[in-house]
Amino acid sequence: MSNLQFLWFILVGVLFSGFFFLEGFDFGVGMSIKSLAQNRAERDVVIHTIGPHWDANEVWLITAGGAMFASFPMWYASLFSGFYLILLLILVALIMRGVSFEFRSRMETDAGRNFWEWAAALGSFFAAFLFGMMFTALVKGMPINAHGDMTAHFTDYVNLFSIVGGVAVSLLCYLHGLNFIRLKTTGTLRERALKWAKPLYWVLFAGEVVFAILLFFNTDFFTKKPVSTLILVVALVVLTVLATWGVYGNHEWLSFVSSGLSLIDVVVLLFNGLFPRVMVANNAANSILIKDASNSPYTLHLMTVISLSVLPIMLIYFIWSYWVFYKRLAS
Amino acid sequence: MNFGLSILSLARFQFAMTTVFHFFFVPLSIGLALIVAIMETIYVVKKDQLYKHMAQFWGRIFLLSFAVGVVTGIIQEFQFGMNWSDYSRFMGDIFGAPLAIEALVAFFMESTFIGLWMFGWDRFSAGIHCAFIWLTSIGTMISAMWILAANSFMQNPVGFMINAKTGRAQMTSFGAVVKNPQLWYELPHVLFGAFVTGSFVVAGMAAFALLKKRNVDFFRKSIKVSLIVGLIATIGVVGMGDLQTRYIIKEQPMKFAATEGLYKDSGSPAAWSILESQNTKQHKSNWSIDVPYVLDILSYHKLSGNVKGQNKLNKELHAKYDKKFGKDMNYYVPGKTLYWSFRVMAISGGLFALIAIIGLFFNRAGSDLIMRQRWFLWVLAICTFLPFAANTAGWFITELGRYPWVVYGLLTIADAVSPNVSVASLLTSNIVYFCLFSGLGIVMIVLSRRTLRQGPDDLLKATDDAPYDPYGKGAFSHE
Repeated sequence: MSNLQFLWFILVGVLFSGFFFLEGFDFGVGMSIKSLAQNRAERDVVIHTIGPHWDANEVWLITAGGAMFASFPMWYASLFSGFYLILLLILVALIMRGVSFEFRSRMETDAGRNFWEWAAALGSFFAAFLFGMMFTALVKGMPINAHGDMTAHFTDYVNLFSIVGGVAVSLLCYLHGLNFIRLKTTGTLRERALKWAKPLYWVLFAGEVVFAILLFFNTDFFTKKPVSTLILVVALVVLTVLATWGVYGNHEWLSFVSSGLSLIDVVVLLFNGLFPRVMVANNAANSILIKDASNSPYTLHLMTVISLSVLPIMLIYFIWSYWVFYKRLAS
Repeated sequence: MNFGLSILSLARFQFAMTTVFHFFFVPLSIGLALIVAIMETIYVVKKDQLYKHMAQFWGRIFLLSFAVGVVTGIIQEFQFGMNWSDYSRFMGDIFGAPLAIEALVAFFMESTFIGLWMFGWDRFSAGIHCAFIWLTSIGTMISAMWILAANSFMQNPVGFMINAKTGRAQMTSFGAVVKNPQLWYELPHVLFGAFVTGSFVVAGMAAFALLKKRNVDFFRKSIKVSLIVGLIATIGVVGMGDLQTRYIIKEQPMKFAATEGLYKDSGSPAAWSILESQNTKQHKSNWSIDVPYVLDILSYHKLSGNVKGQNKLNKELHAKYDKKFGKDMNYYVPGKTLYWSFRVMAISGGLFALIAIIGLFFNRAGSDLIMRQRWFLWVLAICTFLPFAANTAGWFITELGRYPWVVYGLLTIADAVSPNVSVASLLTSNIVYFCLFSGLGIVMIVLSRRTLRQGPDDLLKATDDAPYDPYGKGAFSHE
């Protein structure tokens, strides 16, 4: 494995981390439209908290996909063709929620608004759930042949482990969204988000324990990389403790940063476990390795130069746009 | 279970369906972004509130289009991996780079600044706010550049080698990929086409409103701005189309011969067919109504010269590729589709120019001719839909004319498809997308009509200091 291949494996992980940190609270806010918010004015406010940002947040996913294509086409080809039906459902979820905010604002009837609110809420939930499911199934190991083609059956990616993975990711996103709403609103919404987060954090603790146990039995993480895996699992629990502390002590920034970092921790945990593979096969000989999956050194070098020169500029205006809309919203 | 269908035909149908639907909204968004940016610039320069309201009103249509364009674009990106995994493996070294750069450079730019533009009306000075829509507009154009760079490689592969060990295409010169002549004919043609789309959608929708005599001043000024852009863009799209045609004769002669319905060589001087009946099975023309010399003018800007027909080109391609791809290849492209697509494009181009000139004359300041010539308003209104037909026809020629290749001369469509995806999966996704697109298409039309019916009254009546909320009418306030 060359240094550039290693760097791009990290970069793809960074892009997925950025996606889950940012779109994580988008998904949570989306789910809140039909749970936390209880009247039209509240739903307006909840949607407005992510109004200027959700589109740019989703670009992190598109960039992660593009970067995967540009650095590890074998990975991209196997992953996307292999998890075909999950990705189809993810696309439907992302499409419905992507148009929902704009379409809802043009509706003249309560029924019309109600439809697009459900589209946003269900789309957000299923996108988070299915991504969690897909990544969990990915590290468990799938039937992959020597050509790199995955031919999985329903139970290969729909099983107890992947469902727990999906639930855990969607719950993390929901809490991350509640923490974001606590930061961005005032009054009853802010108070209710706090109130709802408290019991949910205890559910999350339980979920993390179950997930860690299933991780032990379903993957080779603990046998191949016991130390780093253990550190990352402990870090996940510590971050959840910090977030819970932030909830009970009402430290809004602490909860938000901790819930975001726990999503990143999950991505790091999965990527750490994947390394030095990009796809885990049931039959270890067919696992796809970083060293075999990548593009030529020429293209990797080119992409490195371009990305590292563009990324800082992009980050400046991206962060600036958050600063511009920093103010809290009230209904 | 394969229901008598092949994964290849289903994957091709899906690519056609998603591309055509996505490309309704791409040129509309690129075009509307530019026109809205121009309207807001006029407001900044003239300080005339009417143009601010114009930018906000047409901005509503732009935002609808942008939303659908974004979500259907994600399908496009995922589709290469999902349905065309062997293509992705073969081409990843070259194709992935422009795709990733597009996301990194263009998508972040347009999505961030569109958010600032939507929600920033009350937070920035007029000049800075106007800069946001320009940055969005430039973002959409940069995006077009990178995705067309990827497409251009598929049409005309340059700056690469085939790795002997892996059998995959490998980039040797990024400069050559970006400087691909195909790109620099294709990009301006596509961008001008997008500007035409935006212009005629604005002018056409405004004509619907004028037929009902609503907000006459507002919509007449909208028509003026859009038709000026539309006329310039039409000249651009026809001019670039002409240059591209002459390039294609050299690089993809089969595509060109098919757009002209030529099976036998034309001989010199070459006549242009305006109406033809083809027998695509026996590869011959049944009858054709021809205009002398015109094909030579189109092809070479001269009055003489032979244009090769498909039958001879088919033999040449067999001679060139049989060693590598076998004797069973079919090099004929879908003849009728290309022939009629070219005519749809050419006729639309002529109509756009004519209508823009007449429209600008009827709509000139101090004359109310446009209000009295109701037939013309109807023509203009119908023209709302014509650019979409022209755009689709253009892509039919570009993509179908590359048959049987997915990457010209290197990879056939049959070798590009995902080998592990089942007919059932592909059939499911086709049905899901079909329902989804039908639903989104209907909602788009209903909401565009509703936006037009409601008109700009809420904007025109709003007081200057009331906050502008793109999602509603002041349902929330900032603390």
